[in-house]
Amino acid sequence: MLHYAVEAGEVKRLDILDADGRIVNPDAVPRLSDGELKELMRRMVFTRIWDQRAVSLGRQGRLGFYAPVSGQEATMIGSEFALNRDDFILPGYRDIPQIVWHGLPMYQAFLYSRGHQHGGQIPEDVHVLMPQIIIGAQIVQAAGVAMGFKKRGEKRVVITYTGDGGSSQGDFYEGLNFAGVFNLPLIVVVQNNGYAISTPREKQTRAPSIAHKAVAAGIPGIQVDGMDVLAVYTAVKDAAERARNGDGPTLIEAVTYRFGPHSLSGDDPTRYRSKEEPTEWEKRDPLVRFRKFLTEKGLWSDDEETAVIEEAKRAVKEAVEQADRTAKMTMPGLIDTVFETAPPLMQEQKAWFSSGEGK
Amino acid sequence: MAQMTMIQAITDALRTELARDPNVLVFGEDVGHYGGVFRATEGLQKEFGEERVFDTPLAESGIGGLAIGLAVTGFRPVAEIQFIGFIFEAMDSICGQASRLRFRSGGRYRAPIVFRSPFGVGVKAAEYHTDNLEGLLAQTPGLKVVVPSNPYDAKGLLISAIRDDDPVFFLEHMKLYRSFREEVPEGDYTVPIGKAKVVREGTDATVIAYGAMVHTSLKAAEEIAKTRGAQVEVIDLRTLNPLDAETIIASVKKTGRAIVVQEAQRIAGVAAEVAALINEKAILHLEAPVLRVASPDIPFSFPLAEDEWVPNPARVTAALHEVLDF
Repeated sequence: MLHYAVEAGEVKRLDILDADGRIVNPDAVPRLSDGELKELMRRMVFTRIWDQRAVSLGRQGRLGFYAPVSGQEATMIGSEFALNRDDFILPGYRDIPQIVWHGLPMYQAFLYSRGHQHGGQIPEDVHVLMPQIIIGAQIVQAAGVAMGFKKRGEKRVVITYTGDGGSSQGDFYEGLNFAGVFNLPLIVVVQNNGYAISTPREKQTRAPSIAHKAVAAGIPGIQVDGMDVLAVYTAVKDAAERARNGDGPTLIEAVTYRFGPHSLSGDDPTRYRSKEEPTEWEKRDPLVRFRKFLTEKGLWSDDEETAVIEEAKRAVKEAVEQADRTAKMTMPGLIDTVFETAPPLMQEQKAWFSSGEGK
Repeated sequence: MAQMTMIQAITDALRTELARDPNVLVFGEDVGHYGGVFRATEGLQKEFGEERVFDTPLAESGIGGLAIGLAVTGFRPVAEIQFIGFIFEAMDSICGQASRLRFRSGGRYRAPIVFRSPFGVGVKAAEYHTDNLEGLLAQTPGLKVVVPSNPYDAKGLLISAIRDDDPVFFLEHMKLYRSFREEVPEGDYTVPIGKAKVVREGTDATVIAYGAMVHTSLKAAEEIAKTRGAQVEVIDLRTLNPLDAETIIASVKKTGRAIVVQEAQRIAGVAAEVAALINEKAILHLEAPVLRVASPDIPFSFPLAEDEWVPNPARVTAALHEVLDF
C-alpha cells in the first residue's frame, strides 16, 4: 500500500445556538447590541412572510421565475448583515433577500422575477449584480470584482453565493483558485440545502464536506450551522474582517434546508424527499430557534412579531403595486440597451418596431 | 513611421493603451513574464508592472469571469485566450455573460472588455488551436467581432476595441502575425469598428472577405484581371459584428455581382449573413446569384489536410468566373 500523504481532515463546524435556541458555544457569540439582535429577527420574519406572499403570488401567476427561500433565512440574513453597505454581492437566483436587504428596492426584485429589464437596473448606490442563472458563473466574476477592489486599494469585500450543486461546477473551483492565487477579498458562501433541484448532496461530491474544497485552493474553509443566524453572522464577519485586512478569501459552507420546492416552475419535492425529512429540519427552523433565544433574553414579543408580519405584508403589497405600475418594455428600448450605440442594422430593426409594423 | 509585422502592431497597440489609460489591464495565460506564446505582450509586464500585465492560472472560464468582474469595477480588461479553440471553455463568460451585462442591467453595468485570440489556418498548429469560430461569436448579440487583415488595421482596430464601451472579440489570424510588414504609425490612431474597407476597386464583381481571405481574394482578383480583363472589387469587412452594410451594398449596386469568401466551414456562417444582407438590400441590382466560397462542413481539418481544406485563390477565381459568366 502506498502512503497517501494527503488526507482530508475532520469537518470543523461552527454552531452557536442549539435547536432550542440555547448557546452552546459562548466564545463564538458575536458582539451584537440588543437592537442588532432584534433587527436580525425582524429581517428573518419579514423575509419569511415576503417569501410566503411571493409563493402565493407565483401560484396566482403574478410572478415569473421564483425560487423560495424559507428555511434559508438565517444564512441569507446573517451573511448580509455582516457586510458593510459598500461591500459587493454577486447573488445566485435564490439570493434575492440578500440583495434587497443590501438596498435593491423590492419592486425591482419582483420585476426581475417577472422578466422585466428594470429588475436588473440596479440603483447606482446599491452594490450588487443581477441574480445569476448560470450556476457558478457568479463565482469567477466575483473574483474579478474582488480583484478590482484590491487593485484600487479599496477596503471592500465581495461575497457570492451558490448551492451544494453549484460547488460541483468548474467555475466554482476556478473562482476559488483565482481568489487564492491573487489573495482576493472574497467570501464564497455555499448554501448547502441538501439538494440541487432533486439531486442529493451525496451525489455531488465524495468530499467529507463542501468546506473541504477550500483545501485544494489553499484558503480557509469552514462549515457553519446555516440555520443559526448567529453562527452565520460570526463566520461571515470573521471572513470579511480577514478579507479587509488583506488576508484573502474564505469558503463558508452553510448547512441549511429549503422547506419549499426548488422553484415554482413545477418542482415537486415529494418526488425526492421523504415525508419525515422536512419535519426533522423544521425542528431547526432558524426563526423558531432565534425567537426562543431572543424571548429568553426578553428581547422579543408576540406583539413585535405581529407588527413585523403586518409590515412585511404591506411592503409586499406596495412593491407588487409598484411593479404593476412600471412601464412595459418596448422593443426599440431593448434594442438600445444591447450596445452603447445601436449600429445601423439594429437602427433599422428599431425603426421597424417603432413604425408599428407587424402589430 | 516604422515597419511592423501584425504581431508587433498588436503589441504596439497594447503598449499605447496601457500608457494612455491606467484602467487598461492585460492578462491571460503566459502573457506576463513570458510575453505570450506568440510574444504579443512581449516586454509589457516589464514596462507597466505586474499590477497591469499579469499571468493568470490556466482556466479560460476564470479568465473570462475575471474580466467581467474587473469591468464591473471600472477597469478595461484585455484578456488573452491563448488559442481560439480554448474559447469553448469560456463560452459562458464571453457569449453568455460579458455580451449581456449591459442588456441584463438595462445599461447600469457595461463590459468594456477585449478578448484577444489567435486563430486561423496555415500554420499547421495542433487541433483546437486554429478553428474559425467567428460565426459563433458574430451570432452573439452584444458582442462585437473584429478581424484585422494587416498590421495597420490591427493596431488601429485594437486601440478602438480597447476604448469601446462594449465587449469586443479581437481575432488575430496566426498566418498573418509575421507574414509581412508594413508602415504603421507610432503612437495613437484608431481604425473604426463597424467599418469595412474597399481594398481593391473594381467595377465588374465584388468579393467580400476578412482576415487571411482578403489576401487570397486579392490574388484571385489579380488573376481575373490578367485572364479576362475584368475588374474585381475586394472588400475587407474588418468587423463581422456589426456588419458594414453600407459599404457592401454600395459596392454590389455598382458591380451587380458578388461572392463572399470565408475561411470557416460554410454552414450558418458570416458569408451566409452577408449573402442574405445583399439579397435583402440589393437583389434588383444583381446580375448573378451571390456565391459563397468557404471550407467544407467538417470540423477544422487535420493539419496535414489544411491546405486542401482552406479556400485558395483558385477556388475564389472559379467562383468569380461563375458569377461573371452567369
